[in-house]
Amino acid sequence: MNDRQFKHIRCTINSRAVDAMVDVRASLTELLRGEFALTSVKHGCDVGECGACTVLIDGEPFNSCIYLAVWADGKDITTVDGLAEPDGSLSPLQQAFVDEGAIQCGFCTPGLILTAQSLINRGEPLSDEELRRELAGHLCRCTGYENIFKAVRRALDESLGKKG
Amino acid sequence: MYDIRALYEAQTVEEALALRREHPGARLIAGGSDLLIKIRDGKLPDAELISIRGIDSLRGVSLEADGTVRIGPLTSFTELTRDGIIKERLRVLADAAGEVGSPQIRNIGTVGGNICNGATSADTASTLFALDAKLELRGGSGTRLLDIAGFYLGAGRTDVRENELLTGILIGRESWERCHGCYIKYSMRSALDIAVLGCSVNLRLSADGAHIDRLRLAFGVAGPVPSRCPQTELAFAGAPLGEDTARQLARSAVSELSPRDSWRASRAFRLHVAEESAYLAFCECVRRAGGAI
Amino acid sequence: MGYTGKRMPRVDAKDKAAGRAKYAADLCVRDALVAKVLHAERAHALVRSINTDRARQAEGVEAVFTCFDVPKYYFPTAGHPWSTDPEHQDVADRLLLTDHVRFWGDDIAVVVARDELSAVKALRELEVEYEDLPFVLDAQAAMEPGAPQLHEAFPGNVLGHSSIRRGDLEAAIREPGLIRVEGWYDTPTVQHCHIENHNCWAYMEGGRVTVVTSTQIPHIVRRIVGQALGRPWGDVRIIKPYIGGGFGNKQDALYEPLCAWLTTMLGGRPVRIECTREETFHCNRVRHAIRSHIISWVRPDGSFAARKLECWSNQGGYASHGHGIAAKGMNAFPQIYPCDNLECDAWTVFTNLPPAGAMRGYGIPQATFAGEAHIDDVARAIGMSPLELRRKIAMPKGYRDDFSGNVNWSDSFRACMEAGAKATDFERRFAELSKPQTGNIRRGVGMALYWYNTGVWPISLESSSCRMVLNQDGSVQVFTGETEIGQGCDTVYAQMTADAVGIPFESVHVVTVQDTDTTPYGSGAYASRQTYVGGFAIDNTGKILRGKILDYAAKLTKLPAGQLGLREGFIENDRGERLMSLAELATEALYSMEDSRHITAEATAQIKSNAYSFGCSFAEVEVDLRLCRIRVTRLMNVHDCGKLINPQLAEAQVHGGMSMGMGYALSEQLRFDEKTGRPLNGNLLDYKLLTFTDHPRLEALFCENAEPTSPFGTKALGEPPACPPAPAIRNAVLQATGIAFGAIPMTPEKLFRALEEGGGSDV
Repeated sequence: MNDRQFKHIRCTINSRAVDAMVDVRASLTELLRGEFALTSVKHGCDVGECGACTVLIDGEPFNSCIYLAVWADGKDITTVDGLAEPDGSLSPLQQAFVDEGAIQCGFCTPGLILTAQSLINRGEPLSDEELRRELAGHLCRCTGYENIFKAVRRALDESLGKKG
Repeated sequence: MYDIRALYEAQTVEEALALRREHPGARLIAGGSDLLIKIRDGKLPDAELISIRGIDSLRGVSLEADGTVRIGPLTSFTELTRDGIIKERLRVLADAAGEVGSPQIRNIGTVGGNICNGATSADTASTLFALDAKLELRGGSGTRLLDIAGFYLGAGRTDVRENELLTGILIGRESWERCHGCYIKYSMRSALDIAVLGCSVNLRLSADGAHIDRLRLAFGVAGPVPSRCPQTELAFAGAPLGEDTARQLARSAVSELSPRDSWRASRAFRLHVAEESAYLAFCECVRRAGGAI
Repeated sequence: MGYTGKRMPRVDAKDKAAGRAKYAADLCVRDALVAKVLHAERAHALVRSINTDRARQAEGVEAVFTCFDVPKYYFPTAGHPWSTDPEHQDVADRLLLTDHVRFWGDDIAVVVARDELSAVKALRELEVEYEDLPFVLDAQAAMEPGAPQLHEAFPGNVLGHSSIRRGDLEAAIREPGLIRVEGWYDTPTVQHCHIENHNCWAYMEGGRVTVVTSTQIPHIVRRIVGQALGRPWGDVRIIKPYIGGGFGNKQDALYEPLCAWLTTMLGGRPVRIECTREETFHCNRVRHAIRSHIISWVRPDGSFAARKLECWSNQGGYASHGHGIAAKGMNAFPQIYPCDNLECDAWTVFTNLPPAGAMRGYGIPQATFAGEAHIDDVARAIGMSPLELRRKIAMPKGYRDDFSGNVNWSDSFRACMEAGAKATDFERRFAELSKPQTGNIRRGVGMALYWYNTGVWPISLESSSCRMVLNQDGSVQVFTGETEIGQGCDTVYAQMTADAVGIPFESVHVVTVQDTDTTPYGSGAYASRQTYVGGFAIDNTGKILRGKILDYAAKLTKLPAGQLGLREGFIENDRGERLMSLAELATEALYSMEDSRHITAEATAQIKSNAYSFGCSFAEVEVDLRLCRIRVTRLMNVHDCGKLINPQLAEAQVHGGMSMGMGYALSEQLRFDEKTGRPLNGNLLDYKLLTFTDHPRLEALFCENAEPTSPFGTKALGEPPACPPAPAIRNAVLQATGIAFGAIPMTPEKLFRALEEGGGSDV
């Protein structure tokens, strides 16, 4: 079709200012995977149920599959690619996932790490029950969530300990 | 890619109203957690959308001079759960918003969208019924105020007219002052789920703390739209607190409901859950009010 | 042994944590065309015609193919090794697209377009004319005379029937004083729900077809694509990168054959097929729903005089893995609790449901639910504790199965039972909770054993190949045909290789991507076989490589090879003194002007055993009678999977299986409209996969009785954890409420109905 509608947007992706001509029909998942080759943003359901496509927008977790790409205009977006150090070494949270055996097939991992990172950034202590609720927007079939819980618990506690 | 023919973005209420006039067939999109899924399912081919996400004036909660709590319809569920005014005065609404889907859904979904899509299962809707919420709709010819009960026309249908926009959700002082609420969502999982039944109770005790002064009972998924139990509310005003009252009240409430049989749950099961939920929610309201069963 | 048995970090964890790990869709070229399949909206029908005119003219559409366009090469889809004996080959009942619709969602046409949305929109323009046929959804109903028939080759819809007869049941049940316990047990249709949907993309190069795919079984898929397209198998290349879980669904050829055919029809241009979540639920594979009928004639001391089992396995519309699942389940029955007088029958029956295939446990979760629920029913009937009864009757040490030749080398059942009972304080809790309970919340504890074995011998081939290549720096690439699907085999292979060759763990590079052009043959991830079977291949290959290295070391050091060793990457003499590094040796070997050698090794191991792998679950529940809710407050699995290669990975594997077992017990079920056969809840909102908030802490224990047949002492662990939780939870609910559930999932609505009907009145 000739009259496709595009919009020019500017946003920050993993601390880098970028701009793009965005098809108004595109989801943020498609923009990130397609235009920016950020294939760590996974799609598992396309309707906001599985959480695999989660990214942080202005620090809060969103399902990028049900977020229009044009809405990213002016936003600060983080994918899991943005968490590691510039030399590639893992963040403390990512390292906790590795150490606690929280990773199996790895497909839910990027999204889960991002939601967990938003909790660490918030800096509030959470009970076990609260923590489970905060992570409940991610489905995982491999782990029974057990080691993921351990990893996030540890990273959150360590980060709070450091701060205070 | 979503099957979207055109997307118009409004930054102000006026722009949104103008866009509605220019594009009478276009649908409003706020958070999109409902609408985008419908588009993906092929239910709205070649959709024409007016995005109102950018209207900042419709976001947030404020307290008006007469004690009315005004909620901007674009306030997300997450914002609702964290808002100071809500937490202090309308804890039940924060709790209900906190029951929606998942943190990610609570970040994108808006309370206005939750109401406007007309779903009986909407977690905040039954609580807003119990709070006698009023809806402010602005159109080309002015603003009208509507009781939330009158806003629901049928399953999935609400009274947002062609050139209108929901601009405020208002909860009067009488619904929060000395009132205590409780929302119980019954679902198959404790997260990422829709309600099989939702029950919201709002209660004010008499000055002596021993009687029901004002009672509001609302249910979701107990009929095609959220509903109240006016006869029970009236009948139990003034009733003494106690186990018998709690049980009778719950039984009475259920007699005013008409849930349907579906593969998700049978009518009999929904009625059972409704009665148990009404009982538990009422008892919790009494506890929160400092009373005893 | 240095690295096996240790908690080594996963070799792929960093890449996965960093988001760098690439899955099939991540590797797809940007100009790939998108194919979308038209799925029939009938449970059973013939396609009379499909009008493609409007679809062909739709924007962005490159091609449309219907069931009337595809080649008539019937092919099987099961992820089994091929059999050269036609009698044992899988049933070839599939075409790329079909005009005989056998379930709601069957594939009848395909649109190829420049982008996904164009393809989706064009699908809506296809006009299908059906001739409706009567349909049947229930396995027993499908066996009735006059039932709708699905496949001409299988009159009466029976795909398979097998039976076991032992002793003389009729005579045995005449023994005086026997207690007859009878039960019916139903398990639901469930789905694997790996988070990555199946997807693949195909292109042609040099006249050959390449498919990059999310599969567990690349070498098998290569053969099936060849069969489906009528091409020589060597013309097909399958590449398998990281995959986002499989659990058996990807142990079938899914859309690889269609995708491969499409690229051949479009001049070799790349074409991709990516299943939606709905397609994963409706149009891939599901777990067989199995109905079991068990009668036990029991002596008051708990011993069995005779037993009878009948089970009906719902195959859905196509054969896929076929009767193997029900047969495996039935074969467990006489082994786990041996009995002299037996009659067992299993039928696998076609119905108009989505085809059932392999799913974690392969018939054993169904058989374990039925068998272990029944054991608790027996225990109640004779007034014995369920633990005591199982202690008495479970398979003893030394038991030998005539069919497989398997020997129970250790008393695994009792070791696991005692460990779990002690850790959960089962006996005391059971006694306490057996006293009358009052109030709205009722508590109960329950347990269940499971039987499993490792791999598919003697039903099928068990062989595995490995290649190792020594690098100049002394590190080693390891290639196997066995696939990493999240379970961690790359890591345990690295541990095994390090030990077998004598190099540091960090010096092992397991090549995770299987490419059938370069990867040696291995049949892939299924039957909980890879650690066991792959272990033989790695051990053999590692020893060959080590021999070649020491041979070259002998040449360089002028010492006899027999006096030399290789440890932690250094050549040592017989006093353990380091003579040179492997890096020095490897560099010299490759670049030597006198005797240049590329030091590599390759070996195939054939395995003619399938080690028993046993264990149990212990569950504790709270039941809210008013709200009709069952909450699992404690869940523990105990496994004897031999010697653990990596305790952390093993534990993680157990957690995942326990979670799947909990969902099986409580909430998961794919449902279909009785009136139309239409699926009702094939999405992640309506299909109740358990979330973070629905789990208790998951506890895993191990009894490590080394498996004598394995060079690393290991045996099956991949599937077993999913087998026992459901009956353990069911039995805990039985103690809590007195309700003997005969069907899972035990949903609130089912509990409501059971309570309404007066169930549990004895509590």
